[in-house]
Amino acid sequence: MANMNPIDPTAARLERELKHTRPLIGCRFDPSGRFLFASSEDDAIQRFDLLTGAKTTLAGHRSWVRGMTFVGNQVAGSGELSAWQKRRDHLQAVAGFAGATLLPPRPAPFTLISADYHGKLIWWQGDADVPKPLREVEAHKGWARAVAVSPDGKTVASCGNDNAVRIWSADTGTPVRTFEGHASHVYNVAFHPDGTRLASCDLKGVVKDWNLKTGAADRELDAKVLWKYDTGFMADIGGARAMRFSPDGSRLACAGITNVSNAFAGVGNPAAIVFDWNDGKPKVLKPKENFQGTAWGFAFHPAGFSITGAGGSGGRVWFAKPDDTTTFHMLTPPTGVRDLDLAPDGERFACAGANGTAYVYTFRPLPPDAAPVKPTPKKK
Amino acid sequence: MPRCHYACHTAEHIVSRRAFLGAASSVAALGPAGFAAAGANAKLAKAQKRVLVVFLSGGVSQLETWDPKPNTDTGGPFKAIPTSVPGTHISELLPHTAKQMHRMALVRSLNSISDDHGIGQTIMLTGRRMEPGIEYPHLGAVMAKLLGNAGEAALPGHIQILPKGGGGFGKADATFLGPKFASVALGDGKPPADLLRPANLGADSDATREAFRRKLNDRFAKSRKSAATDAYAESFEQAERVVRKGEVFDVEKENPKVADRYGRHDFGRHLLLARRLLEAGVTYVKVQHSNYDTHHENFDFHIEQLGEFDRPFAALLDDLADRGMLESTLVVVMSEMGRTPRINDRYGRDHWSKAWSVALAGCGIKGGAVVGKTNATGTAVADREVYSGHLFHTYLTAVGLDSTKEFRPNDRPVPVADPKAEVIKEILA
Repeated sequence: MANMNPIDPTAARLERELKHTRPLIGCRFDPSGRFLFASSEDDAIQRFDLLTGAKTTLAGHRSWVRGMTFVGNQVAGSGELSAWQKRRDHLQAVAGFAGATLLPPRPAPFTLISADYHGKLIWWQGDADVPKPLREVEAHKGWARAVAVSPDGKTVASCGNDNAVRIWSADTGTPVRTFEGHASHVYNVAFHPDGTRLASCDLKGVVKDWNLKTGAADRELDAKVLWKYDTGFMADIGGARAMRFSPDGSRLACAGITNVSNAFAGVGNPAAIVFDWNDGKPKVLKPKENFQGTAWGFAFHPAGFSITGAGGSGGRVWFAKPDDTTTFHMLTPPTGVRDLDLAPDGERFACAGANGTAYVYTFRPLPPDAAPVKPTPKKK
Repeated sequence: MPRCHYACHTAEHIVSRRAFLGAASSVAALGPAGFAAAGANAKLAKAQKRVLVVFLSGGVSQLETWDPKPNTDTGGPFKAIPTSVPGTHISELLPHTAKQMHRMALVRSLNSISDDHGIGQTIMLTGRRMEPGIEYPHLGAVMAKLLGNAGEAALPGHIQILPKGGGGFGKADATFLGPKFASVALGDGKPPADLLRPANLGADSDATREAFRRKLNDRFAKSRKSAATDAYAESFEQAERVVRKGEVFDVEKENPKVADRYGRHDFGRHLLLARRLLEAGVTYVKVQHSNYDTHHENFDFHIEQLGEFDRPFAALLDDLADRGMLESTLVVVMSEMGRTPRINDRYGRDHWSKAWSVALAGCGIKGGAVVGKTNATGTAVADREVYSGHLFHTYLTAVGLDSTKEFRPNDRPVPVADPKAEVIKEILA
């Protein structure tokens, strides 16, 4: 993390709104934290430049995108980026519009890999002025639900509705291996920070711990608390809508919906099941308040607390301490949260809003001369 | 004593068959109830007509089935796929059904007026809006009466297969047509519990018991006949018919290869049972598939539910065709309403009656026909708006009946189908 005061999650405040015209589905910061990529129901991905305010559309998918991941090194932290902003602001204050001539720094190169509901993976040059598809891979039959990149940047994992987990070369997109064994749609994948293991979770809450060398699932963890067969409507609801390892690899969190009493009306509660990665013991983390909906986003902050984003009867962001099973602080975004990502430097996080807006929150204290940012009121 | 509101054959209501039919001597040749369209007697004589309705409960999304709008604001994430009819596309969630489109017709411009489950179901199954002072019979009762040989039938003429539950007799869906044509419900495709004779009751003892029951029943009815007693008595008659042909209900007796094509899951078994019942002479079978009321996560749930529907339905059409039954069996896939083009915040679609679709196949249907259009986003009918009354006329006409005729309960003329609507000629062969 960049040098800054200790993070106080209760100080989280809305920093900015990034608006799009269509409901958002997913959001991810690039490795530098300069860009927020947000996928939307118009089959596109929007790239928001947090430095300049520019919005660029990545067009190429023909279906919805939820999974996004990156190959690239974390470079300029927000400390350097905010230094540029200060120089620009100073120049504008002194020389007016001349401040606008101060060119932003070129972003370091990085690759975005996105996964869509036609089963396709697309590689993009994420830092290009207007990124275009570099490569398209037909990865899954049916939805490709999630995609992840290994810590060394060499391997991509994807998963989807063909019950498969697939491994690809990050450089060339060539298939490396298929992990078979899930008996239902695979909702999420995540690489362990040490690069030797891959976790995947399916609709029915089966978490498989894959050995990347042998291709074997060495163990299964039980996340069935996130699954229900609704006998009234005769259908299954479940799956890890978010899945993350803690930075030190000691914990794995799967987030979704639990206590479902009516799957077709979404009557259930958001929850995350957090496994001790060493011994597999689970703890179920639930929000303190009685909220009806699904946990769609989850992040472990390096400072130790976790952040959960949920949507359903409104939007929520909850914060929890490492060993707690309930939350201690809450924010209320003005819309359902459909995804959540923590910036690489830990200073901000973003929520993908069902109303088409990405809400970026910061832990930085409000500058003394600044007014707090309030969410745009809903149109009547 | 409640009056019968149907021709229950009491002294008050005895109407000569000919007077009831209201036609000349040639009527007797036009099918059992004399409602055949002129010129249809040869067809009826050759092949008794049947009707199968597949009812997708809850309101199936027309955008995820018959009228996809990919890459639009309302389209959702799925593709449209080509079918066996060039130029006609349906949702990617129906790949097997897509190969059957040359046998099917689509009506894409249905406005069924009500967004309520119960009212919508009544509208779709009666072909009528609800009106005070009269309850219209469901399609199954109408077909059982007009096409079936209810008096001599080995099996009830009107059966519905429910996804679960106990099933039973005594439904009110025949209204003024009488309990003889009311549906027999089979929960999970099984005959009602305790229907079959216990093992310790021999056939002779059972027959003696049944004869005694009839004797007492007939004596009671002489002075106290009513709609309620009739319904009660009819339930025994229907039960007896079911018991007599009990082996039809046992899908395990089916050729395993055929059973595999339908799939070894509930809906597959239920469709297979439907085919067996139709083959055994049942006039009308409705198979209900649950559930499609997807206010939340519409896309995931339609993947699951249509995944159950698609292969068995395609297998059914193939099976009916292989057995020479498709030409004489009208197949309808309907719901009580569609779903909103607008996708809500929870990835759901809500109730929608204004512009949705129904699919048909088989008897009297022109394979490959598509009638009606919605606009680019599916938010309104753009061409050839129809409602359930039009469909009702079409069902009757497809099986060779004259949909402009009348019933006459208590001498009150009641058109068989809504006189404000008419046949959708474009989908008739």
